[in-house]
Amino acid sequence: MIEKRNKKGAIAAVIACAALLALIVVLENVSVFLPADSVPNVLKPTSQLFSVLKKGAVYSLAAVSMNLLNGFTGLFSLGQAGFMLLGAYTYAILSVPVADRAAVYYLYGGSAVNFSFQDMFNSVLGTEGVGGAVSLGLGVAIAMVLAGCVAAAFAYLIGLPVLRLKSDYLAIATLGFAEILKAVFQWQALGPVTNGANMIKNFPTFSSFNITDAGGKVLLRLSVFFPFLVSMICIAVICLIINSSYGRAFKAIREDEIAAEAMGINLAKHKMLSFCTSAFFAGVSGALFAMFVTNAQAKVYTTTMTYEILLIVVIGGIGSISGSVMATFLYVACSEWWLRFLDNEITLASGMKVPFLRAGFRMVVFSVVIMIVVLFFRRGLMGDKELPDLFKRRPKAAGKEEQA
Amino acid sequence: MKKFLASALAMAMVLSLAACGGDSKDKPGGSAASTPGGSSTTASNPAPAGDKVIKIGVFEPLSGDSASGGKKEYLGMQYANSETPTVEVGGETYTVQLVPADNGSSTDKAPSAAAQLVSEGVAMVLGSYGSGVSIAASDTFKEAGISAMGVTCTNPNVTAGNDHYFRICFLDNFQAQVLANFAAEKFQAKTAYCLGETGNEYDQGLIAFFEQIFTANGGKVIKDSFPNNNSDFNSYLNKAKAEGADVIFTPVSIAYAVQIVTQAQSLGITAPILGSDTLDDNMVLDAAKGTDIQLYVSTFYQEGGSPEFDQGIKEYINSNSSAKDANGGNDTIAAVTAMGYDAYYVALEAIKAAGSADPAAIKAALSGVTYTGVSGAIAFDDIGDAVRDTAYIKHSNNADGAWELETVQKG
Amino acid sequence: MEFAISVLISGISVGGQYALIAIGYTMVYGILRLINFAHGDVFMVAGLLGIYLSASLPLYVALPLVLLLTVALGFCIERCAYKPLRSAPRMSVMISAIGVSYLIQNTATYITGGQPMTYPVIPFLSDTVKIAGTSTKWVTILTPFLVLALVIALQQLINHTKVGMAMRAVAKDFETSQLMGIKINSVISVTFIIGSALAAVGSMLYFTNFQAITPTAGALPGLRAFVAAVVGGIGSIPGAVIGAFIIGICENVIKSTQFTVFSDAGTFALLILILVVKPTGLFGEKVTDKV
Repeated sequence: MIEKRNKKGAIAAVIACAALLALIVVLENVSVFLPADSVPNVLKPTSQLFSVLKKGAVYSLAAVSMNLLNGFTGLFSLGQAGFMLLGAYTYAILSVPVADRAAVYYLYGGSAVNFSFQDMFNSVLGTEGVGGAVSLGLGVAIAMVLAGCVAAAFAYLIGLPVLRLKSDYLAIATLGFAEILKAVFQWQALGPVTNGANMIKNFPTFSSFNITDAGGKVLLRLSVFFPFLVSMICIAVICLIINSSYGRAFKAIREDEIAAEAMGINLAKHKMLSFCTSAFFAGVSGALFAMFVTNAQAKVYTTTMTYEILLIVVIGGIGSISGSVMATFLYVACSEWWLRFLDNEITLASGMKVPFLRAGFRMVVFSVVIMIVVLFFRRGLMGDKELPDLFKRRPKAAGKEEQA
Repeated sequence: MKKFLASALAMAMVLSLAACGGDSKDKPGGSAASTPGGSSTTASNPAPAGDKVIKIGVFEPLSGDSASGGKKEYLGMQYANSETPTVEVGGETYTVQLVPADNGSSTDKAPSAAAQLVSEGVAMVLGSYGSGVSIAASDTFKEAGISAMGVTCTNPNVTAGNDHYFRICFLDNFQAQVLANFAAEKFQAKTAYCLGETGNEYDQGLIAFFEQIFTANGGKVIKDSFPNNNSDFNSYLNKAKAEGADVIFTPVSIAYAVQIVTQAQSLGITAPILGSDTLDDNMVLDAAKGTDIQLYVSTFYQEGGSPEFDQGIKEYINSNSSAKDANGGNDTIAAVTAMGYDAYYVALEAIKAAGSADPAAIKAALSGVTYTGVSGAIAFDDIGDAVRDTAYIKHSNNADGAWELETVQKG
Repeated sequence: MEFAISVLISGISVGGQYALIAIGYTMVYGILRLINFAHGDVFMVAGLLGIYLSASLPLYVALPLVLLLTVALGFCIERCAYKPLRSAPRMSVMISAIGVSYLIQNTATYITGGQPMTYPVIPFLSDTVKIAGTSTKWVTILTPFLVLALVIALQQLINHTKVGMAMRAVAKDFETSQLMGIKINSVISVTFIIGSALAAVGSMLYFTNFQAITPTAGALPGLRAFVAAVVGGIGSIPGAVIGAFIIGICENVIKSTQFTVFSDAGTFALLILILVVKPTGLFGEKVTDKV
């Protein structure tokens, strides 16, 4: 019975995801198929809508991977930015075409790593047409998986000493490791590999996935579709892990370590597993983030970034995946799009200026909004419920009301 | 109750796509009434009906680490806009409207700030102060087919490899060369102490180029870097003293420069401090005022280069409180302000040359534009960089708190 | 030699200033089990208040006023942002702290326009003095002594007064002390007031030394002080002070070597090393799990 229901739920979820992906493709291709002047501003390819959607897709994966650790396993870690940095750099270093390396690493007279997945697949499959598309996809996919693997491997090494620590001590230790990683990547001595303080760029980004004809005219846009697809696959995998026996063990550890241990759960093993899995997906989201900002540079991956992601996780609800995803899109849209008008002075028709509006006011309002959400939704938007839960229980609640 | 709220929020997410689509559609009409900045109210008041408007995007950091520089650069553009608010295109008069977008000095916020400009329908973009944000936003402008013109972003990577990004300033390697040669000639420096922010491509790039040239001249370089948000420079400066440095080279952003200058004074540092274009700022000048610090900076413009411009912008700054705040509370002219002023006129030249408000036409016309501005003659090479062979070096007069021209260096 | 002395002097001086901030972290943590991320920003606001007030008032009025206003700010933050969440999950309270920190930084950016501000010169403290061949400011010499005096006074307060006893009781067991009739809310308020007052004093010393204030000026000293509190064993006041001096000296020693890139990373490496050897810091109490 339960299995049957789960199966139904899974099918419904797959259909919902497919529908969402289809919606994304349609949305971003409106501008390709309709004549230019009939496209509303917001659907033009460079509209903020798409930039928010892309960033939202990237951040939602980062938030969900953090939720796996902080929300489902109860391990309070603040190393997210460090793992994203590892992922971003791994992806970038392995993907910059060899021909561009001299220009990118101009301070170091070229790169020490003269290998790129893009070149490798291009030489086998060609750069044009279907072969080019396949080689791009393969190259990016393999580099991304490796990005995740490098992050997970580092997480394993960091986890060995650190996972013995409890709560806040664990948090500060992981935060420290993120800072140390940042400093290592900025170290000039490693410049030929990491490009020191300079950014690594010229690797395939989201826009590389747009299908164009020979003249460069876009035939089909997939630049928003791609991050959505990757995020969706990764989040689906995280969901599967959470619903497996491992996931139940994680939750048991969150609720009570001692009780979990008494029930025969190997604490060290499961904590490490959760830590590495979370790092893996953080690494993938780091690679996506590098593609979003079109470069990889260590100074971006600060503790502020970790706090931002933590904020999203808590606003969405600790222990709710759909909550994290929704909170991400709301957060990104609020901070970067909807409130932007607050930064500009507005003069009313009567010639009166609206008070307070000037550069910086947007962020003040935004932080007030965050405080309100934090104070009045103390369990986050979703608590520990998932989106489908809301629909399941509705008939029951309605029934109760009727009885009353 | 809560679940209704939550599901309402979920709905809001889906609906917001549609809802905001509706909002933004009205935007072009609505935003004519919004003015880009405090001071340009006269320039861009609601245009009379039938008058045509051409929008120029201003992509600058108005908050974050580089806000001070970004605001000063924007100030120059605002002044230029108040001076020449219209442009003749194909026999018609267009009102020029500046549309600012704040990139927050941060590369992860740059793409969406750039997208904002694009969705406002700007014809071209000026900025940014800071190379990192320019590079991060580059692709957004490229996709939209809009040309961008960097005003004071000096990193080689901004223009390299793309045909839509131009710049009107010199490059880091040129600036570093000028300063390294200056250090060797003026002070016969043998040992230079270089101090930059960790992970900041501007600081580290300049230091790397400086090292190349300085060591080629037979000098010795000691390199150090400090963490982000650092304020304690005592140990660094003491080290420079202990190592017997003849000059201290710190191409850092303004807040750090202020700290370094004040702390060098209390430590009794006698070696001259060399800085790059970022140190050409009133805050730094104020910090050096009344001290014995010898402060030398390389820059794009020296006050007095064009008396007419100097006088005009000083009046503009003094007549407008928000402009004065943006300029740090006094009327000393920063070089970036002069560069912002020139950038605006180069943009107008490009629009005139294109003969239309179409971004593609402007982009095509931009590479051929030449203009003689207050900071010198401007023309673009194949990469899109300005052909510049002049840098001004000036030193602080610590008695009056003013800059004095030291020398004009040719590359 | 001269160089070594100068490094040590600045290390001790900075360590003293970190100590004043670290006490705020450690006291709040001891009682509420809350990492008060906004504490570094309170420190920064104290600096900004110093600038704005001394612009229009004489220093002997402005500085006490700074102290008062900072205390008021700390009190308000506790009442508005932490008190309503007392029964909420711990993570929510911490997020509230991050939110407050955001709000303070963004408001400061809005008000100052993102420009660095210059701290006023305080007579005597800002004067230059020469010792052992290196010149420095008086504030550098005075800081460690002032810190020691304040810490001793604080210890007296905690060990020998009624409020102090209440604070110790609350730190030991939140619920039981409530049952014993201790007014939890006023004890917590007192904790925040003491923490903010020390942060205000710390800001006067710190910014007299390092005069430019940006909206993020509190972030780095805040983080360092927090690390210091953890090194010392969070919850312990003497631990926080000793931790702060260790961090301050360690930071300056790294800055004097050629590995300056790692001056941040080095302090964290030290922290991790100490935590691995002693999981609750140098003076932290051993946590025993209750089954």
